[in-house]
Amino acid sequence: MDLQSAWAVAAKDFKIFKRKSTVIYACIAIPLVVGIAFPLIVQYALHLGSGHGITALTVPRYMDAFSVWFLIGAAIIPATIASYSLVGEKIQKSLEPLLATPMTDGEILLGKTISGLVVPLAAIYAGSVLYMSLMDLVTQSTLGYLYYPNWHMGAILLVAPLICLLSVELNIIISSRIDDVRTAQQMGMLAAFPFIGLYVASEVGFFAFSDTNLLILAGIILVIDIVVFFVSRVTFQREEILTKWK
Amino acid sequence: MIDTENLTKKFGNLTAVESLTLHVNDGEVFGFLGPNGAGKTTTVRMLCCLISKTSGTARIGNYEIGNRSDQQKIRRMVGLLTENVGLYEELSAYDNLDFYGRFYKLDLQKRKEQIEYLLKMLGLWEKRNVTAGTFSKGMKQKLAIARALIHDPQVLFLDEPTASLDPEAAKTVREFILELKKEKRTIFLNTHLLDEAEKICDRVAILNTRLIATGTPQELRRSMSGRKIKVQLQRVDDIIVEAVKKIGFQISEVTNNSLLIDVNDPEKENPAILKAIEAAGGHVQFVTEVGSTLEDVYLKIVKG
Repeated sequence: MDLQSAWAVAAKDFKIFKRKSTVIYACIAIPLVVGIAFPLIVQYALHLGSGHGITALTVPRYMDAFSVWFLIGAAIIPATIASYSLVGEKIQKSLEPLLATPMTDGEILLGKTISGLVVPLAAIYAGSVLYMSLMDLVTQSTLGYLYYPNWHMGAILLVAPLICLLSVELNIIISSRIDDVRTAQQMGMLAAFPFIGLYVASEVGFFAFSDTNLLILAGIILVIDIVVFFVSRVTFQREEILTKWK
Repeated sequence: MIDTENLTKKFGNLTAVESLTLHVNDGEVFGFLGPNGAGKTTTVRMLCCLISKTSGTARIGNYEIGNRSDQQKIRRMVGLLTENVGLYEELSAYDNLDFYGRFYKLDLQKRKEQIEYLLKMLGLWEKRNVTAGTFSKGMKQKLAIARALIHDPQVLFLDEPTASLDPEAAKTVREFILELKKEKRTIFLNTHLLDEAEKICDRVAILNTRLIATGTPQELRRSMSGRKIKVQLQRVDDIIVEAVKKIGFQISEVTNNSLLIDVNDPEKENPAILKAIEAAGGHVQFVTEVGSTLEDVYLKIVKG
């Protein structure tokens, strides 16, 4: 496995992403909303006063709930990026010249996985730093202590890359059957549904994003990642791509 | 340089290429002709190790197609211009070439030199920092050829290099291929443009799933239609026609002032024909050899 070749594929994708405003917006929208808007909402709700807003003691519960949005983002953002990366190559018909190089299928796949992972993860981690900093300002002023960093956020940021990876791998499989970026994105976003479901379940009290549950979730997603990796590896083969990909 | 023997590719029940046996010499420009769906692109893809063969053998240089350990070596020694240029339209011409140069382990300096050489040779150096998406079709095609040559391959596969180009751009690309020919590179040219094949190729093969014919364009023309001469006369009459037939020649076409005569070796036979015509009272104005074009041969072969 030549990592330099794989990195060259990823670096080329990064250059292309920089020129696509839709990719940039897709990357920053969720981290910005969660990172800035949610702390502002909490701050605003605290100042509404008793009877209308939230109390200082319930702030940590809201913070934990909002932080789950980073997991949902981890499923949605790579779907957008990976769609441009793979379906974009299909549309431009640039896969065949790429496949004619000495690179192995695995190196190309790794390059595509890196490009689909790095940008969304960077956006999510940057958003989470922003979120933790602003929320700490809120807790410092209302509770008198800094809530972040804590193990809960640590667990969230541990699960996030696994979800990102799952989303990228699913997109590789989806891209083999789809030749339209938007459709691939929409289908890729289905990967976010289980996490939205868990979020709703946590809000109605059927599930808790406790540290333990997050670690169990990480284990389950890791197993799914491995299974989906092998499926995507089978899908991403030269002959398959040239003769069976639509 | 390229050898295939009974090379076959099937997609399920569909046979795309059947028992293809051919030999391409080192430094030769070999034209691969055939109608759409004849299996030309499938053959190139097999030879570039992009898809597997179903049966038969094929070699490029000393490497065997289908041998797992030889695949990367073959990809290193061949350059492929795909039917669709497949450039990264958001990247500059320079970045497009630089990206591909990395996969062939060219160091930065070598990449720079090779990119500069190719872009200058193709007249694109001034546009090196312009995004490929803004290029005309001809410029894109030239850039795609440069991409195929970035690692200075010994064997170059060109799949329909001038298809969908306007005549001027097609001429530029053809001239560039002729330049490459001077470098004694082995070029495998897939085309359905017979005029192009005739101008560029040393030898051609006609494929329609199976290999139908192979040879130099001249050999193919002769083998399919023989040779003919057209004798222009002041006036043609029955006595002249009979005189020609009497010395053993077939006449394909008679008009009131010309004869189209089938010959085997016009250099030797023409004097006897002219002597017979003159003796029959004919006044010869001029004699020309009429060869059928490669297009005639192709249509005759492909349409059975």
